[in-house]
Amino acid sequence: MKITDIKELENKAKEVRKGIIEAVYSNKSGHPGGSLSIADIMTVLYFNQLNIDEKNPKWEERDRLVLSKGHCSPSLYSCLANRGFFDVEKLKTFRNIESNLQGHPDMNKVPGVDMTSGSLGQGLSSANGMAIAGKMDNKNYRVYCILGDGEIEEGQIWEAAMTANKYKLDNLCVIVDNNNLQIDGTIEEVMSSYPIDEKFKSFGFQVINIDGHNIQEIIDAFDVAKNVKEKPTCIIAKTIKGKGISFMENKAEWHGKAPSEEEYKIAMEELGGAR
Amino acid sequence: MKEEKKATRQSYGEALAELGRKNKDIVVLDADLAGATKTSIFAKEFPERFFDIGIAEADMIGTAAGMTTCGKIPYASTFAVFAAGRAYDQIRNSVCYPKLNVKICATHSGITVGEDGATHQMIEDISLMRTLPNITVMSVSDDIQTKWAVEEISKIKGPVYLRLGRLATPMIYDETQKFEIEKAIQIGEGTDATVFATGVTVSEALKAKEELEKQGINIRVVDIHTIKPIDRETIIRCAKETKKLISIEDHSIIGGLGSAIAEVLTEEYPAKLTRLGIKDTFGKSGKAEDLMKYFGITSQDIIKEMQNGTL
Repeated sequence: MKITDIKELENKAKEVRKGIIEAVYSNKSGHPGGSLSIADIMTVLYFNQLNIDEKNPKWEERDRLVLSKGHCSPSLYSCLANRGFFDVEKLKTFRNIESNLQGHPDMNKVPGVDMTSGSLGQGLSSANGMAIAGKMDNKNYRVYCILGDGEIEEGQIWEAAMTANKYKLDNLCVIVDNNNLQIDGTIEEVMSSYPIDEKFKSFGFQVINIDGHNIQEIIDAFDVAKNVKEKPTCIIAKTIKGKGISFMENKAEWHGKAPSEEEYKIAMEELGGAR
Repeated sequence: MKEEKKATRQSYGEALAELGRKNKDIVVLDADLAGATKTSIFAKEFPERFFDIGIAEADMIGTAAGMTTCGKIPYASTFAVFAAGRAYDQIRNSVCYPKLNVKICATHSGITVGEDGATHQMIEDISLMRTLPNITVMSVSDDIQTKWAVEEISKIKGPVYLRLGRLATPMIYDETQKFEIEKAIQIGEGTDATVFATGVTVSEALKAKEELEKQGINIRVVDIHTIKPIDRETIIRCAKETKKLISIEDHSIIGGLGSAIAEVLTEEYPAKLTRLGIKDTFGKSGKAEDLMKYFGITSQDIIKEMQNGTL
């Protein structure tokens, strides 16, 4: 179900955002801000880029995605549900004791989740492991890893960046969600990871800067990355935390807060009304 | 027990190369210590399946975790202090929680690291590792046992922590010895005491057994190579059959073998247990043999305990 029409992808991104809001609202818990900032990127990945099969989630030849910023699980779950890995209604069980949809992604509980994540800084290493294995076995799959701009303050990311370079992982594409906000404030205030592009460049990556909410730019960047040889690619996506919901946009306080009933209604309306 | 000595890290390196010949899914990762952990033996024979991740243990464990999801069976090696200590969070969240098939083979455990001193003497790893769900924790005592363990853990579908030593210790078992995960090995039938030992202290316990026999004191030694899951049955049976219980380990007495045994006893057959090990302190530089004496984990310490104690 590859969608190529930009308008259609934009509409799909709205559906993905609705799923995020539903998930976080249902049990009044979760992280809407960063889930919304990567919603367009995730939509392009799950509906335009990834070679995956919802009927065979463990298909060996599939592309892999590691959501290293695991607290943005609502966006992953929403994409998987909308893609048909499980019922969209299930999103309402997010973070409930009865649910398989854990606060942070669990590969053993949710079909389509390729790696358990949540403790920030760890995902790039496992993505490297998948990419190395793919090269060893001459597989054609690609590995995508989504990092936060705050997450890259973790030292392990840079250990892993060296590894990706050493093993020339051109089957690896890293995306940094540069929404410029982390829990305690802006990236500059808390612990600047800038210049992100120069850092990854010096670690041996092909770097592409894009607007992380422009569907065409996102698609183009992934297409360029596929043709990069002998080195990994890092796409730095300038994004807006809380993107798509007026009162959440660019507000650090929406990092890990659920909307009230009133806010939920406004949010769903802004996304074009409930499903 | 033979005169010939060998460090379990050496046996590990040899066994790993052997396993590599049998199973093409085996991959080996190291963190710039291949010469010391002896993964260099594998690396030489299978360079395309060996990955030196550099001085980056967290990344090494995470990379290994990712490889397992694509069918590889990674053996990740470094010193115990960097594996269980530095990379604890990665072992917890990227390996144990998702139950991934990573074999963490940690050499240079305990104070028997010797001259490098406290910073490099890992005496908390058994404690740290056995508290994690889904992992099998092993600590091997000699060449034959190590070689068995290296192959056997490749058949376990899930995380394993294998504790190995730097110090050359006597060869205890012969080729005919049968081993089984979780099943402790009882050596001798003595009823005056049971000495539970693991890793480098097993040969010390056996030395004590021989010397005590000359004095008419008959003890048995139980080699606990699998600390988690622990052989509850053997522990309880020995507690019932022998007058005194002693544990001895090159590890802190907090959370290690002694603690694991005490947990079983407390719940099932309350009995006094004397724990020989590092007593809530850091290690120090020195020759391994001198440090064992200093910290009280030699055959002589067992003998003293038997002579002092009431039988």
